[in-house]
Amino acid sequence: MKLHVDWNKRHAEKRELSPESLAKVNELMTHVPEGKHKSALIRVLHLAQIEFGWLSIETMDYVAELLKIQPIEVYEVATFYTMFHLDPVGKHVFEVCRTGPCMLVGSDDIIAHLENTLNIKVGETTQDGMFTLKTAECLGACGYGPMLQCRFKNHEFLTKEKVDELIEAYRSGQFES
Amino acid sequence: MKGRKLLIEQVNIPGIETFDVYRKNGGYRSVDKAIKTMSPDDVVEEVKKSGLRGRGGAGFPTGMKWSFLAKPEGVPRYLVCNADESEPGTFKDRYLMEYLPHLLIEGMITSSYALGCNLSFIYIRGEFMWILDILEKAIAEAYAQGYLGKNIIGSGYDLDLRVMPGGGAYICGEETALIESLEGERGNPRIKPPFPAVKGLWGCPTVVNNVESIAAVVPIVNDGGDAYAQIGIGRSTGTKLISASGNLARPGVYEIDLGLSVEEFIYGDDYCRGMANGKKLKACIPGGSSVPILPHYLVSKTAIGEDRLMTYESLADGGFSSGSMLGSGGFIVFDEDQCIVRNTWNFARFYSHESCGQCSPCREGTSWMEKVLYRLENGQGNLRDIDLLAEINKKIEGNTICPLGDAAAWPVAAAIHHFREEFEWHVTNKEESQTRNFGLSKEPVSA
Amino acid sequence: MIKVTIDNIEVEVEPGTTILNAARQIGGEVVPPAMCYYSKLPGTGGKCRTCLVEVAAGSTADPRPMPKLVASCSTNVMDGMIVKNKTSEKVHENRGGVVEFLLANHPLDCPVCDQAGECHLQDLSYEHGAQKSRFEEEKRTFDPIDIGHTIKLHMNRCILCYRCVHVANNLTENRVHGVLNRGEHAEISTYIENAIENDFSGNMIDVCPVGALTDKTFRFKSRVWFLKPMEAECSCTKCSGKAVLWMFGNEVYRVTARKDTYGEVEDIEGKPGWICNECRFEKKDTAKWNVTGPRVVDRHSVISQGKYETKIDSPTKNIE
Repeated sequence: MKLHVDWNKRHAEKRELSPESLAKVNELMTHVPEGKHKSALIRVLHLAQIEFGWLSIETMDYVAELLKIQPIEVYEVATFYTMFHLDPVGKHVFEVCRTGPCMLVGSDDIIAHLENTLNIKVGETTQDGMFTLKTAECLGACGYGPMLQCRFKNHEFLTKEKVDELIEAYRSGQFES
Repeated sequence: MKGRKLLIEQVNIPGIETFDVYRKNGGYRSVDKAIKTMSPDDVVEEVKKSGLRGRGGAGFPTGMKWSFLAKPEGVPRYLVCNADESEPGTFKDRYLMEYLPHLLIEGMITSSYALGCNLSFIYIRGEFMWILDILEKAIAEAYAQGYLGKNIIGSGYDLDLRVMPGGGAYICGEETALIESLEGERGNPRIKPPFPAVKGLWGCPTVVNNVESIAAVVPIVNDGGDAYAQIGIGRSTGTKLISASGNLARPGVYEIDLGLSVEEFIYGDDYCRGMANGKKLKACIPGGSSVPILPHYLVSKTAIGEDRLMTYESLADGGFSSGSMLGSGGFIVFDEDQCIVRNTWNFARFYSHESCGQCSPCREGTSWMEKVLYRLENGQGNLRDIDLLAEINKKIEGNTICPLGDAAAWPVAAAIHHFREEFEWHVTNKEESQTRNFGLSKEPVSA
Repeated sequence: MIKVTIDNIEVEVEPGTTILNAARQIGGEVVPPAMCYYSKLPGTGGKCRTCLVEVAAGSTADPRPMPKLVASCSTNVMDGMIVKNKTSEKVHENRGGVVEFLLANHPLDCPVCDQAGECHLQDLSYEHGAQKSRFEEEKRTFDPIDIGHTIKLHMNRCILCYRCVHVANNLTENRVHGVLNRGEHAEISTYIENAIENDFSGNMIDVCPVGALTDKTFRFKSRVWFLKPMEAECSCTKCSGKAVLWMFGNEVYRVTARKDTYGEVEDIEGKPGWICNECRFEKKDTAKWNVTGPRVVDRHSVISQGKYETKIDSPTKNIE
């Protein structure tokens, strides 16, 4: 097992957060006692990922600047939590739950169906940059499986037909990411 | 009494997620009662009397946990609600927060008052971001109505309540990892002692309670701890939310009186209505993925033939040889078509994926077990691998910083204990095991 | 002072002392091994689990045994506590388990590893390890990387003790490396290939219990047991200037801090004797040092086995 990282891919042009998000960052800093603003880090990383789709090295350095902490502190946290995409992703990221309770009701078939339909493997992005397929560990919808999550929106009780409809709905812009 | 609901009674009332509707239906009474007529210690006393046990999984008495909170002069204390719900099979907290956000907020205010906290947090798993929005909206309403902020309902008591998200890490459900995460760090569990009650968030005394425990404080304060303690059996008092999943006819979240029989819960009309598609029950994990699995013949009856009840004690009856645990109430049911080896591997992969990697037995042990189980499942195993798994298990269990190591070890140990035949069949029938399932296990003659 | 009994030996220690440090006050065989704890680095300990001991009695007030083995580096002693280390079968068994875990993914590259001869994992597996590994899976591997121009990181060998992270936290201004990813993928890294350049970064090499962090100015130059450790001083303004020169003849092969029995830097004038990078990497010349005498090395160590004189000819002779 060897972990290979293509560092060139992890770089991107530095971008700043929107004024609304920056206002949110400032508000978050007031939610904790003086000097404890590092607490806001995970929330700020979410805000950045919502705006930019993924977390480039430049984005993480920018977040470090915002919170006045060292870049390594941001890398440490961003690489610990699985929700953060450290490589570029497609417009819509499908994260399919693969853990026990979902597997009992057929998540393996749903993952295989998504791979076939989108013509990509788990972890890959479609050529048109529209979809990235990932698997996730338990997303807390065990009684409603199989399920997938796309940008904080749950799609539950999935069947192959529903998956086809879902792909179409995202492709046509009916659902936004 | 069948169908009694202390927590989710009002879930179907339209608009119950808004302050006005919630208030009209008796909401925030516990805050009024506690702040206006009770001292903080009175509230703690009621919770103690109720016998409420932590609903996150460990089952530690909540009132006792509260009374351990250190109260040094001039040091702030914190109450943190653990809404990181990530135990596979558990989705009850999500249900509570999504549909009854004000119930949790009410519980947080009453509990914070009892503990003397002026700043409290709800730490919610990042994947529940839409629920974070629901909660923040409800919190804003509570501020506007004078139930949060300075001088709550004119009492002189101040409380700020904030919601903080995680970023995708099961381990953050462990209270010290949660605190680390709340501080904006990696979710590495801390070495205990010191316990959070002495040194928690930012080094200050901290109580961490599960969503359901906090919500249960509301009926306890409203109706009194004694009334709550009358529900249930023995030391399993009150009602409990059970998340039912797997191959059931009607999976979902159910509120039950502790003491309901397992048989009734699985087959009763008010509950899961039996197995989906008329299949036979093969096994059941009654308390979330971390607890031992039970084979079909130990689900409704204990090893000595008594009815198995939904209580902390009855589910644990028989210890690790023929019992399990109530845990977080994540009730996962397997039908005859499910493969135990595959499922055991699936959970081993989960724990390996979720290990923080801090301590060596968990980091190395969970990933080792995952690899061995993967080989067994895919027809590349040896009989000695089964014994090796049991050995790895023993070396992880009890030797790690936090309980994740135990949580990873127990399900594997129990699966091998009860379904050894099926594991061996995977080794001796390599090709057949790739095309069909083993089916039901045979009941041991002595059982 | 409070009394604690470790392996039937009683010792009096200050309240707040850990079991491990109480054992170190007794010394010798009762001292549990420690791979991650480092007394001079606040915040270390609790992670490797090699120092697990059995508490047979919690205290005089509450003499119940503790249900699980405890990490002796992070558990404080209580008055009347009875601890079993060498005398506990349970400890022996479980420590063997921990060693097996630490070795599971560890490469068998001791023959080419610069740490060989002074590696704590080698010592540990010699004492507690099994003869044969039961780990049949593919080991996880990483490419070795340079972190700065003087330090090499072999992540394959790392046991994630976090000591080097604490060196950066405690001795330097801005930490640029840390632990990334999690679980079995956890690794020490700078994320992007940042160089670690500050006056005290070289101490990471000294605290590393294995060969994960090695001195690039010494790599592959010699086996440590062919060298003669000498105590030396210089008038350095950045550090204490008190170090050990590892010499062959008059040549200085490498410079390290002075380490005690437990592999930790010795206190010099009441402070940990960390040395600066200039002393470590740039003073490989006896003219820059005042050599005060030979460094005493534990007689069980391979370094004290007198291989010094025979460096050149013996290996080839044996092969032939």
